[in-house]
Amino acid sequence: MTPLAYSRRRASRNVLWPVLLALLSACSAHKPTAWRLTDVRGHLPDLRFHLLNGQGSTVTQRNFLGKVVVLYFGYTHCPDACPLTMTHLHLVMQKLGPLAREVRILFVSIDPARDTPTVVGRYAAAFDSRAVGLTGTMSEIETLAKRYRMAFNRGQDLGNGAYEVNHSSAIYVFDRRGRARLLASPADSNADIVHDLRILIGPEQPS
Amino acid sequence: MNKFLRGLSATTMLLVAASVSAATLQVRHAWIRVLPEGLPAAGYARLENQGDKPIALVGALSAAYRAVMLHRSVTTGGMSRMTMVRRLTVPAHGTASLSPGGYHMMLMHPLRPIKPGDHVKLTLLFADGSRETVEFLARPANASGDR
Repeated sequence: MTPLAYSRRRASRNVLWPVLLALLSACSAHKPTAWRLTDVRGHLPDLRFHLLNGQGSTVTQRNFLGKVVVLYFGYTHCPDACPLTMTHLHLVMQKLGPLAREVRILFVSIDPARDTPTVVGRYAAAFDSRAVGLTGTMSEIETLAKRYRMAFNRGQDLGNGAYEVNHSSAIYVFDRRGRARLLASPADSNADIVHDLRILIGPEQPS
Repeated sequence: MNKFLRGLSATTMLLVAASVSAATLQVRHAWIRVLPEGLPAAGYARLENQGDKPIALVGALSAAYRAVMLHRSVTTGGMSRMTMVRRLTVPAHGTASLSPGGYHMMLMHPLRPIKPGDHVKLTLLFADGSRETVEFLARPANASGDR
C-alpha cells in the first residue's frame, strides 16, 4: 500500500463519520418499532371482504375502519383448537382493559355449509363481546382466505354427516386504516399480543 | 330366575372389571367447554395413575350426549387439525391430560341443553374393560385454566 493510497483511504474514512453519525441520529429520531409479533407491513394486502354478520347483514372492511382488527379463521364445529385461540384473544382483550374498545376480533367461518350467520355470530360472542362472527358464500370466504394465503381443507369424516376442517392457525392484525400490520400465532403469549396491539391502538383516545 | 342370575353375574363381572383400572386412577379438574347452539363441546381432565401398570383410556359414554369421541388437536406447520385417537395411555405412577389444544373428549349432539355450572356425568372406558363415571363441570366457552 502506497502512503498516498493510505492517506486517501483515511480521508474517506474521516468523511464517512459525520454521515454515519447523521444516519444514527436519524435512526434514533425514528426508532423502529420493537414489534414482538411478525411485522408484515407491505407484505400482505389491506383488509377487504364482503361477508354476513351474526344478524345476517352484509358487512365489509369499511364497517371496521377506525378499529384495530384481529382476524382469525375457524369453524364452529371446532370444540378445541378454535375455542382455545378465541379464549386466548379474549384474555388479550381483558388485559387491554378500556383500550379493547378500539379492537374488534373477526372470526371468519371457513365452513359456511354449517355456519349460518346466527350460529357463527353466537359462537364468536360466547368468547368476547367485541368478537364478531362472519360467514358468507364459499366463494366470498375463499377470496378472503386466498388474499391472506390462509389454507383450509376438509378434514376427517366423523360419520353421520359430521366432519372436521383443517385450517391455518394464523392470526392477522390490521391497523385502524385496514392495513395488514402483524401476523401472530396462537402460540404467541397474550403479553406479546397485548404489547403490539397497544402500539397499534396508539395514544389513548379521549372517550 | 336363571335370567336373573345371569344378569346378576354380568353385573358382578362389570363391578369386578370396574375395580381394575379405575381403582388406581384419580381424575381431577374434569370440565367441559360449553359452546352455544348445541355445538360440539370438548371435555378435559387430568388423569393420575397411582398404580404399577399403565392405564389406557379408550373412550367415554354419556347419557347427556349422543356421541363421545376421543380426539386430539395437532398444530403442525401452522395448520390445526383434529385426529381421532384410539387410546390415551396414562403411564404407571404418571399422569396424562385431556387439555385444550391436545387430547380431548369431543362431545357431540347434547341430548338436553347444557349450561355453564351444570355437572355432567361421563363414563370413562378403559382398555381392560373397566370404566369409571366422573362428573364434569360445564364451564363457559371462554373458560381458561383448571377452574
